Amino acid sequence: MPGFLLNRALQYLLTAAAASVIVFALMQLLPGSAAQVALGTEATPEAVRALEAQYGLDRPWPVRYFEWVGGMLHRDFGTSYVTGAPIAPVIADGIQVTLIVVIASIAVALALAVPLGALAALYRSRPLGAVIGAASQVGIAVPSFLAGILLVMVFALGLRVLPASGWAAPIEGLGAFASHLVLPVTALALVQAAILTRYVRSAVLEVMGRDFLRTARAAGRTRTGALVRHGLRSAAIPVVTVAGVQLAALLVGAVVVEQVFVLPGIGSELVRAVSNRDLVTVQGIVMVLVLAVLVLNFIVDLLYPVIDPRVRRGA
Amino acid sequence: MRVRRAAAIAVAAALALAASGCSAGAGKSGSDEDKQEITVAQTAEPANLDFTSTSGAAIGQALMENVYQSLVRVGDDGRLEPALAKSWEVSADRRTYTFALQDGATFSNGHPVTAQDVKSSYDRVAKWKNPLKAKMADVDSVTAKDERTVVIALHRPSNRWLFDLASIVGAVFDDRAHDDLANTAVGSGPFTIEKYARGQEIDFAARDDYWGDKPHARKVVFRYFKDSVAAANALKSGDVDVLGNLQAPELFKDFESDTSAYQVIEGTSNGEVVLSMNNAQGIFKDKRAREAVMYAVDRKAVLDTAWGGHGTLIGGMVPPTDPYYEDLTGVWPHDAAKAKRLVEEAGLSGKEFAFTVPNLPYATAIANIVTSQLADAGLKAKVETQEFPAVWLDKTFTKHAYDMSVVNHVEARDILTVFGKGYYTGYDSARIDAQAKAADEGTEAQYAAGMKKVARTITEDAAADFLFLFPNLVVAKAGVTGIQRNQVSDAFPIAGLGWS
Repeated sequence: MPGFLLNRALQYLLTAAAASVIVFALMQLLPGSAAQVALGTEATPEAVRALEAQYGLDRPWPVRYFEWVGGMLHRDFGTSYVTGAPIAPVIADGIQVTLIVVIASIAVALALAVPLGALAALYRSRPLGAVIGAASQVGIAVPSFLAGILLVMVFALGLRVLPASGWAAPIEGLGAFASHLVLPVTALALVQAAILTRYVRSAVLEVMGRDFLRTARAAGRTRTGALVRHGLRSAAIPVVTVAGVQLAALLVGAVVVEQVFVLPGIGSELVRAVSNRDLVTVQGIVMVLVLAVLVLNFIVDLLYPVIDPRVRRGA
Repeated sequence: MRVRRAAAIAVAAALALAASGCSAGAGKSGSDEDKQEITVAQTAEPANLDFTSTSGAAIGQALMENVYQSLVRVGDDGRLEPALAKSWEVSADRRTYTFALQDGATFSNGHPVTAQDVKSSYDRVAKWKNPLKAKMADVDSVTAKDERTVVIALHRPSNRWLFDLASIVGAVFDDRAHDDLANTAVGSGPFTIEKYARGQEIDFAARDDYWGDKPHARKVVFRYFKDSVAAANALKSGDVDVLGNLQAPELFKDFESDTSAYQVIEGTSNGEVVLSMNNAQGIFKDKRAREAVMYAVDRKAVLDTAWGGHGTLIGGMVPPTDPYYEDLTGVWPHDAAKAKRLVEEAGLSGKEFAFTVPNLPYATAIANIVTSQLADAGLKAKVETQEFPAVWLDKTFTKHAYDMSVVNHVEARDILTVFGKGYYTGYDSARIDAQAKAADEGTEAQYAAGMKKVARTITEDAAADFLFLFPNLVVAKAGVTGIQRNQVSDAFPIAGLGWS
């Protein structure tokens, strides 16, 4: 087991190192420069060159790459071209917002998907199963930004019970915090719940055909009772895997919903940085996202043996 | 078990979240406290707070006249008015200006505004990174004659200069507090920045110790929305009170039909939407090709189709609020037949040219209709959409790798920049340089007359097609007062905003 984890950790480190090279290289290919954007339509070429020199963009790329990576190893993400301020706090602020939204969404999604998926499996040949199946189909077909727009139309513009956009940090009051959180979380959670429901359903179906469940039934348990007592744990493995992947996708893809709801998350910061060609900020954010996804995968790896003793015993 | 417990906690959390969300409510009520506060939705967001190093109209709109002040300001009608200077005199040779500062003016940190602050602020402009610093290039010396008198000597007489002084280059900083301009702003204006949340909002708090007329609102908030629909939704749901400079005319109609709840204001701006053509190289080096474009493009149809008819046809590079404005819409009347003839004469039929279009709503809308109008005349545009600002600035603006483009030039009195030497338009500026210089150095009357000729020459040379003047579209709740109609200066003044 420790060997397996060490192996995984090494894999992730190599992935992170490769990602840093790729991210940096892609940034160099992007047309346009931070100096041009900062100086705008009144700029002279000389002024642009002078500002590029001041940003250090005129130095050879290996120097800039190792300076950037070296800084990150000391948790220094560098200084933004645009604000002149350190980047690390900006990333911290943004990732905080995005994590709150994304984790709340996946939690709500799981809370909906596990019971619904199990019900859909138990009642698969009855109307309830069909209804849940159809609803989850629709949920998968609706992109979360569209769900967001519809939710805004109903709850912010129609009923006027929730704000249409914006963000309030928890310290600004829990009521304001929650009211700004509800719509974006719902928009993301509905779609995720639909996807996860289908996985839970098929995982439960698969488990229900297994011998140990038949044995449990033979020992006198009801179908539902046997499933809850013995089946869910087994069914959890594929669901946790998919939820992990979905969580990673949400983290990276939340930018769309952040735009709809004007949330100051990491995605909005990324869009702004790309538009300003604030490349050190872009690189920093992308690396943090890469690391977050890797850490997430690692956590999922760690979860398997906790959920399923068979994995622990290396079966 | 673990799974079940986690699920139960998640459900409980979700329910709690939903419940607290519903009870919190969102729509603002009309309480007295709210009447002291106004929230304005803005589209372009400042990259930082330092216009000395960063270009972009958004910084000036947030800070000029609200936090920072110049000696003079531009009124809604385009005329100069006193600001930090209560009066000024011009010497007989038009090269020396003597400004008397307002009595009792102070910065928000309590320091008095002195002639020395003005001098050090203006002396520092030469070190700015923002290229707009060129507006102060004619200044020879700034002298603090006494505590309250500033004397500014120019290298040569310049009518343009005093007007330019009302822009960001005229901002007066506290000589003892200008170290972190990107994140803090200490000025002499009626507001201070109470909160600056990048990417979200700037909160302006009215100064209790302001030396001039007290602002109506205690607090004004600029909230930034990249997406016009999100901004319009925020107004409809009551989260904001004013939509400043709406970038989506199709949303304007929603509000126009509901005049009991909203007021809609259409004013003018300094933004000339220019269909630029590369005069220096390629297909449009030939004047006949440019003339063909001038005849082929039906500007009225472009305005109606692309921007819902909101805007003004001007025919030249000068907005009506400038003293040298002249209606030039008659110089190149729409004439499809003539355009076709010119295209054939010049042998341009079927020749492809590069039309680089910024990925902005107005530009893509305009490109669609202009391309089809040009096709009717036999001109074949190959449209390339470019990310704005980064890619457009790099390829079209800096490298001049384009034949045709379209962009809204928003700077005030920018005709001599846009058609100056080395600019991306590639115009032969020798045709206007002498005339422009003479006008600038002459009397006010000579300035207006001379610059009119310059503007006419540029239009007659078909240097570019001036499609229309960008409108200043503002929507507000019916009770909001003091909204300026036109956006003709660097500022978006908020001191006058209040509730009826």
